[in-house]
Amino acid sequence: MTEPLLQVDDLVVHYPAGRKRVVHAVDGVSLTVAPGEFVALVGESGCGKTTTAQAIMRMAKVTAGTITYRGRDITTFSQREMRPIRHEMQLIFQDPYESLDPRFRVRDTVIEPLQIHGVTDNREERVRAALERAGLTPAELYIDRYPHELSGGQRQRVSIAASLVLEPTLLLADEPVSMLDVSVRAGILGLLDELRKSGLGILMITHDLSTAAHYADRICVMYLGRVVEEGPAHEVIRNPQHPYTKALVSVVPQSDPDRATKPQILQGETPNPINIPSGCRFHPRCPVAEARCQSEDPQLRPVGGAGQQAACLLI
Amino acid sequence: MSFIDAPMTPLDEVRKSPSRLRSLLSFLRKHPQAAIGFVILMLFVFIAIFGPYFAPYGEREQVGPIFGTPSSAHPLGLDDGGIDVLSLLIYGARVTLIVGFAGAVVAMLVGGSIGIISGYFGGKIDNALMRTTDYFLVLPDLVLMIVVASIWGRSLRNIIIIIGLIYWTFMARLIRAQVKVVRERAYVKRAQALGATHTRIIFRHVIPQIAPLLLAQTVLMVALAIFLETAISFLGLGDPSVASWGKMIETAFSRSAISYGAWWAIAPPGIAVALVIMAFNMVGTAAEDSLNPRLRVSHLARRHFRLRPLPDKEPPK
Amino acid sequence: MTPVLAIEGLHVWFELPNHKELHAVQGISFALEPGERLGLVGESGCGKTTAILAMMGLLPPTASAAGKIILNGDDILAGGDATMRPHRWMDISMVFQGAMNAFDPVKTIGSQIQEPIVKAKLADGKAARLRTAELLELVGISGSRQDRYPHEFSGGMRQRAAIAMALACDPKVLLADEPTTALDVMVQAQILELLVQLTDDLGLAMIMVTHDLPLVSQVCTRAAVMYAGEIAEIGTTHALYHEPLHPYTRMLFSATPDLLAEQTVRSIPGAPPRLDQPLVGCPFQPRCDSALTACASEAAPLRTGTDGHRAYCHLKETV
Repeated sequence: MTEPLLQVDDLVVHYPAGRKRVVHAVDGVSLTVAPGEFVALVGESGCGKTTTAQAIMRMAKVTAGTITYRGRDITTFSQREMRPIRHEMQLIFQDPYESLDPRFRVRDTVIEPLQIHGVTDNREERVRAALERAGLTPAELYIDRYPHELSGGQRQRVSIAASLVLEPTLLLADEPVSMLDVSVRAGILGLLDELRKSGLGILMITHDLSTAAHYADRICVMYLGRVVEEGPAHEVIRNPQHPYTKALVSVVPQSDPDRATKPQILQGETPNPINIPSGCRFHPRCPVAEARCQSEDPQLRPVGGAGQQAACLLI
Repeated sequence: MSFIDAPMTPLDEVRKSPSRLRSLLSFLRKHPQAAIGFVILMLFVFIAIFGPYFAPYGEREQVGPIFGTPSSAHPLGLDDGGIDVLSLLIYGARVTLIVGFAGAVVAMLVGGSIGIISGYFGGKIDNALMRTTDYFLVLPDLVLMIVVASIWGRSLRNIIIIIGLIYWTFMARLIRAQVKVVRERAYVKRAQALGATHTRIIFRHVIPQIAPLLLAQTVLMVALAIFLETAISFLGLGDPSVASWGKMIETAFSRSAISYGAWWAIAPPGIAVALVIMAFNMVGTAAEDSLNPRLRVSHLARRHFRLRPLPDKEPPK
Repeated sequence: MTPVLAIEGLHVWFELPNHKELHAVQGISFALEPGERLGLVGESGCGKTTAILAMMGLLPPTASAAGKIILNGDDILAGGDATMRPHRWMDISMVFQGAMNAFDPVKTIGSQIQEPIVKAKLADGKAARLRTAELLELVGISGSRQDRYPHEFSGGMRQRAAIAMALACDPKVLLADEPTTALDVMVQAQILELLVQLTDDLGLAMIMVTHDLPLVSQVCTRAAVMYAGEIAEIGTTHALYHEPLHPYTRMLFSATPDLLAEQTVRSIPGAPPRLDQPLVGCPFQPRCDSALTACASEAAPLRTGTDGHRAYCHLKETV
């Protein structure tokens, strides 16, 4: 395996919630993204997946753990030291209606990263190339428009073009299609897939297992601030090991009405990340929990033979 | 990839870029009260700029008896010094408007910057600045005016400073609340993720977004500033060397214009102040309305959908 | 069985500020039997939400409607709001999109559920409280929690409470607009299970509006695929998935990532047509991957399959 682009080890992000309480948003997450690899970070809301991405971008304060980018530990980098890293690491936002400044024409939005990073040569060509790479061809048709003159899918492409203009090596995409119509989602995801093939590393945050199953090479499943299962997408979806992943996979609706799924519905909702249950944090909702699950905190360890890992005492 | 997910109409069809003048005209057409206010304002601004060229008499020129009654030569009569009231009113327009605008601009600059810094950075900076704002907010205006005037003396500059001191707090609170909203927008987060400096984000993304609101509030504030200037002058704390409308009212009042029955020495400046304040308010509130659609309540009107016959060519569905 | 609700040639227009008119719903017809779950699917702007708002008589004043909405044999649209109002919430009720976030934060959940009961003079005082408790239990919330405030409920529980509110007056038809959007998969599964159970137990007919085809496949027995204000295809979910008669249905399915399917996901090029100008030919023709020459100019004819399966398409062979 090639050297990973991004390596996150035991990342912890805690923040105060008043009255001496602490939100354990991210509580020991490890993951890697290699060049040309598409990794999906999957989980329900409040599991810490977005905070993980923000911590990687150094937009959330890291409590403990390390973030290594191309062999350099960037965890304690100052904002000044981060600037060259931000050149190579780009964030794509969820909401294409919100992530473009309504007063900026497409050109201004895409040129902004070049201005911020002081790239002065061939700006216009770079902007056009980025737009066309993002599927907005010919670029002339789009370059002078304002966001409200574009459809949702086109806005997301502009947003992606603005991320591509600096020719990054790593893309962090936070729910890149969840606000878009079904008919255009595949186009945006296909675009990410092509970028991956051209050598970019992609970390996509999503709550949609079906999307992850189709596009990701590897899937990390998060629950309450931890990765509970991780492995090749195919294995995690078809042969889930952790009881949480099993339940999650079982409740995903499928297109074929005859494929009678037996949804294994967990009761209740993800507990609040202020009071983390003792032992295995999934035990209060786990259908197969035993007594020791209340006291022992399981760590990720290899299960099966296909590079899959799960954090469960009972496997 | 050469796929487009919506048909693109040519750019000139979707947007006939309206000129600034045209968008101002369409705004005035949609808000008739703003149009009236705007016309009144333009009139006063014209008087303020060109007044001295057509004022019938000088600003300090005694042209007749004390409290001379209105006549064809002096349509608004004469004041306690035998000076033509109409001329004074024309000269006073300039001072009053300058003080109003300058005071509002000072309030906007001070309040606006504090609001932006406070709202954008949040946390401790926000706390410290908002505490300070609170202290200024509870200072009694009157006491502040008297203290400043007696320490620094009575001058036009000091009046402007007093107005700025009194009104910046309103601006700061309002702008801070707006900036807090803009700060959470994804495009601001994106600029942060890109490594943009705070200065860049504030000037490129935050200020353009709140500028219309800032402008509308400043217009409203000019009205308040003119009102305050009148009050300050009336209390005898104004600049003794220049003629403002407030000063006219004050001198007329203190020289017993009322017991002489010389209403013409007091009423014209009073009406002028009222007119200008009203005009600024009309423009300002209309601008605020159009920026803040939540204030519109027309949808609450209870009307129901209509029925109509089926179309002739009924598709077989 | 006689249908509890039948829609015949329903049209809805909206006045636009530029003196144009938007023909949002262009003559849709279908019938709903008691206890049946019908999915209404399509891209945004295809008229699905407008169609169900019309069934509730909740169109804005800029709208006009035509056609028939037949509830238990009576056309309730015939007299406009006057004939719709007595049935609203009593016979047809609705779980609005984002209903879970629409509770008034300063009133208790119970008092908000009671509102329609008290307004309809079905019960008041103690009886209304009892009924509220009963409704909450029906959706899986302990009746003793009716005095709690919305912020004390999780998202899933508020959505359950919104369903309880829709059931307050014992309706016969429940309209659910995107009832699980913004919910997590596990909570979504809980809500869907609840909706299935309620329709089965109470004989309630349900129309579920969603853009999520797999959801419809799992929950509904039949589905109508809307495009450009028309029903492009309607039939059992089995038939729609296995033998679609309209290319749009097939293309929608292949644009949706399916958990265990291996085939590549393909987006549908282009966008739905604007509905403020008249449509010529088949509205889907510009985006269709198997369009014929006739599709551009002639309105699509009816194609039928088994079990009330019908579609409007020029194609003769299987799509």
